[in-house]
Amino acid sequence: MDAKDRIAQRVAQEIVPGSLVNLGIGLPSLVASYVATDQGVYFQSENGVIGLGSRPPEGMEDPDLTDAGGGFVTAVPGAAAIDSAMSFGLIRGGHIDLTVLGALQVDSAGHLANWMIPGMLTPGMGGAMDLATGAKRVIAALQHQTRGQSKIVNRCDLPITSTRQVDLIVTDLAVFDYCDAGLRLIELMPEIGLDEVGSKTQASFVVAL
Amino acid sequence: MKRSISPDYAIEIIPDGARIMIGGFMGVGTPERLIDALVASGTGNLTVIANDTALPGKGIGKLITAGSVRKVITSHIGLNPETQRLMNAGKLEVDLVPQGTLVECIRSAGVGLGAVVTKTGLGTAVAEGKQILELEGQLYLIELPIHADFALIAARQADYVGNLEYALTAQNFNPIMALAAETVIAEPDHIVPVGMIPPDAVRTPAALVDHLIERAK
Repeated sequence: MDAKDRIAQRVAQEIVPGSLVNLGIGLPSLVASYVATDQGVYFQSENGVIGLGSRPPEGMEDPDLTDAGGGFVTAVPGAAAIDSAMSFGLIRGGHIDLTVLGALQVDSAGHLANWMIPGMLTPGMGGAMDLATGAKRVIAALQHQTRGQSKIVNRCDLPITSTRQVDLIVTDLAVFDYCDAGLRLIELMPEIGLDEVGSKTQASFVVAL
Repeated sequence: MKRSISPDYAIEIIPDGARIMIGGFMGVGTPERLIDALVASGTGNLTVIANDTALPGKGIGKLITAGSVRKVITSHIGLNPETQRLMNAGKLEVDLVPQGTLVECIRSAGVGLGAVVTKTGLGTAVAEGKQILELEGQLYLIELPIHADFALIAARQADYVGNLEYALTAQNFNPIMALAAETVIAEPDHIVPVGMIPPDAVRTPAALVDHLIERAK
């Protein structure tokens, strides 16, 4: 299992049966495959569906049923199709129980950055600012480092997505949350030691294993 | 009752420099035949308001590649490298707006509200130059309504009065944009006789629709 799948599998343990969940594009979308289908979990996609299903078999696609990345999907029994105002009403109104977002950086204040790298890449925020601000619970799911650089930093130097603090960070090395003292390491991923997390993390954190 | 018209005929009313809303999400639920006609017409200097700029060769991506667009107000350009290239070259102005704020600004323009008051974007680059409002101890960002001269929208089915219904995720911004433009041009996949769409199924009432595009030949 590669790093992204390990992260996705760990995030899936956070998903409460019967909840309404939005998964961001990229790494977070892998989480769905680790959630049992009998848990009553509905996945919302911001382009307008609640009850996102798996990819359809080839030759059985509906061009009018896609996910937020534009890929073909199916809908599960009990699904609902909604317009963008309803979709973001759900997101901004606090009706989404959990969102899982990818991130370029997450910092000690719990701010995440995931929508642009000035001068290099400007994909835009899409629905990320609304999700990071409006969902009941926000999990940042990301690889701990990129090209040897820690993505868990004292302060984001990339433009942030929201000033709302994320609730949990899951990386391929560790799981963090936030307490009064700031960023807190609460779990090591299998076969990972505390020293390795310390040496690969730029942000300062307290340990509560 | 409305007589359906061809895409070429419909886009003749769109002048250079118009502000146009275009429905769709990554090209899904986008009026492709209207876009093809707009590209062929050579109409330029457009301001396009849309969720995203799709992909090169698809939906709004065709207008970007053709150089028809001067400014785009949108939430996401990540899947269209052409948009980024033109932006970086200074040939296309890109105003990035959070998706939920974009749809609410369009909706507020369409339903007579003076502003959107939201927490989304507070403390980020989106808030630069905008007013902050404190209400009952909470801070909010004030976002202004977004109007357009024209809305080009896609629907699964219309009747000849102009009532519209939509398909699954092809709804997205379409029913909201139908509220917010001076002139609304709808491109349905099918047009059925009046009375065939159950009133409960109508998502955009005919009163909002000015022109109906004929079925694809």
